[in-house]
Amino acid sequence: MLAYLLKRLLLMIPTLAIISIISFWVINLPPGNYVDAFIAQMAGQGQIPDFETRAQMEQMYGVNQPIYVQYFKWITRALRGDFGQSFEWRRPVVELLGDRLARTIAISLVTIVFVYTVAIPIGIFSALHKYSLWDYILTFIGFLGLSIPNFSLALIMLYLGFEYFNMSVGGLFSPEFKNAPWSIARALDFLSHLWVPIIVVGASGTAGLIRVTRANLLDELNKQYVVAARARGMPRRRLLWKYPVRVAMNPVISSAAFILPAVVSGSTITAIVLNLPTTGPIYLRALQSQDMYVAGAFILLLSSLTVIGTLISDLLLAWADPRIRFGGQK
Amino acid sequence: MLEELPKLSANAGRDATLPSPGVGAVPTSTVRISRQAEAYYTASQVQLIFWRLRKHRLAMISFFVVVALYLTAIFSEFLSPYEYTARHADFLYAPPQTLHFIHDGQFSPRPFVYGYAMTRDPKTLLEMYTQDATKPYYLTWLPKVEPYKMWGVVELDRRIFGTAEEGTVFLFGTDSLGRDLLSRILYGTRISLSIGLVGVALSLFLGIMLGGISGFYGGVADVIIQRAIEILRAFPDIPLWMGIAAALPPNWPVIRVYFAISIILALLGWTEVARVVRGKILSLREQDFAMAARLAGVRERRIITHHLLPSFTSHLIVVVTLSIPAMILGETVLSFLGLGLRHPVSSWGVLLQDAQNVRTIASYPWLLIPILFVVLTVLAFNFFGDGLRDAADPYSD
Repeated sequence: MLAYLLKRLLLMIPTLAIISIISFWVINLPPGNYVDAFIAQMAGQGQIPDFETRAQMEQMYGVNQPIYVQYFKWITRALRGDFGQSFEWRRPVVELLGDRLARTIAISLVTIVFVYTVAIPIGIFSALHKYSLWDYILTFIGFLGLSIPNFSLALIMLYLGFEYFNMSVGGLFSPEFKNAPWSIARALDFLSHLWVPIIVVGASGTAGLIRVTRANLLDELNKQYVVAARARGMPRRRLLWKYPVRVAMNPVISSAAFILPAVVSGSTITAIVLNLPTTGPIYLRALQSQDMYVAGAFILLLSSLTVIGTLISDLLLAWADPRIRFGGQK
Repeated sequence: MLEELPKLSANAGRDATLPSPGVGAVPTSTVRISRQAEAYYTASQVQLIFWRLRKHRLAMISFFVVVALYLTAIFSEFLSPYEYTARHADFLYAPPQTLHFIHDGQFSPRPFVYGYAMTRDPKTLLEMYTQDATKPYYLTWLPKVEPYKMWGVVELDRRIFGTAEEGTVFLFGTDSLGRDLLSRILYGTRISLSIGLVGVALSLFLGIMLGGISGFYGGVADVIIQRAIEILRAFPDIPLWMGIAAALPPNWPVIRVYFAISIILALLGWTEVARVVRGKILSLREQDFAMAARLAGVRERRIITHHLLPSFTSHLIVVVTLSIPAMILGETVLSFLGLGLRHPVSSWGVLLQDAQNVRTIASYPWLLIPILFVVLTVLAFNFFGDGLRDAADPYSD
């Protein structure tokens, strides 16, 4: 297990390096460099910076140096936790993203838990009652969940919430709790808002996972060992939980590799539509105003977290399945 | 069709006199089989796939939905009652007019709509549209309208339906500038549906090339390409698309933005194709027919494109069908966020851009109608692709 862990950790380094290069590439995509943009922004507000400030900034960001030097300056600062300044907000990027990033991670984690706790029982139920009415209904709902894009579901929720429940679905807090200190009432209010983004973000992942669970369990149930165990009089329920379900779980665990990026992706767009105080709206804002250090930090942090999350799911899979742990040592 | 086959061929066996399989036996009689069974044995792979697909009812319905959507995209000018840019200044944010058949207790086989009347809401004092039940406007087939250009080439002066000159027909309502939403959705179909095809064509090209290299040559190229796929798949796609799309200069002409967007979508979309191509080539290149071609001195690129690729075309079609909806959604999301195509062009995402905040949605809920088209398209592609996947391997079971 330790060898496997080390191998996976080593493999992660080039991945993270490439992610950082892509993030830096996105930072540099818009025409013009950061210092020009910053000075244009200041000039727009009537403050003309003197020549010295400009030279100082050019030195700091290395804008006149080759691109790889700029990259190394950026990444070494980033590794120390300094992602540059947001010129729109006039604050360090870390400060800007900090709280919001924590909330993004929280929502993503809760969504993942939601996806797995809902999808696995439904998938198992569907497989056990193959071609029954419930199976058809659940399959159809699953397809629907897979086909309604996050942002449309969010828009529909906004409309339904307003029209029929007379509540504002957007945000994570009601107006009266927005800036209040944490209390039980505020926590309850938070929870009452949280379920909307979770359902919106989790819908497609849940639908996909139901299908994975169902298909794999069906394959497993048709195998001869199941028939043999039944023939020997093993109780149906015990047999089911002890063997086929456990075997069918492996692809379910490994599907975290596609569910995680999908959830992160979905929560970004959902947060924009529902106007949640997470990183999504800030990211869109940063892209619109070409505040590229914010955007770059967002891509870097979010993608790195996704990769780390995928690693954790791989480790879980290795823990659950010894064939993977000892793979390659035949 | 197929479930009858075993029975048919069993009958065929009984009817015919089979030659005895002795050493040096000369076949003196032929095995007679029924027409259907013969059709089965001589059918091409495409036909077999089609027969299996036909049994999948949901997939067939979805197939017709997809075809209908693409026909709409092709003939959108003719099918929409108004020009998509035409502004009706007297009807801003007009709600949808519903079709009626009974006026004053009299049934008419020709549907009609009621005109609008303006009233003031006693509470909010806002102007509101209500229907004016005294003014029925009957729909007419092929009314004469102002000349327009079909596909920008052919000049036509009729549209499929409309109403009398003084009336209006806004079946889906109008937007903030008084443009007919139905017409805008139909015109938008063209961009929304075709961008998926262009994106998929690009990702198919990238996927076959990279997957082919990876599977056929193996070694360092394989390792690098596989790592690249892994990394790209770990990326949350929408944020990355947003980041790249945001860098497109706002003064670019529509057509350039259109292709730029499809390239952006293809940049992340090729991995699934590459994965399938690599897997198939890995297993097929060891087969005898590939070896025979190699011994006959066929060049390697030709082996891949002429011998290996055709044997898994059906699998590729499945992957492609299932990846089109993701592309369509990608464009819709980007345009919705204002990072893709922009007004005055019409695509479903651009239309939904008008429905971004709660107040608009609450006051003018019909602006959400494009969502129905997005969901219908994605659902149809998913069902069809799923049925196709089951049918793609005609020799299984």
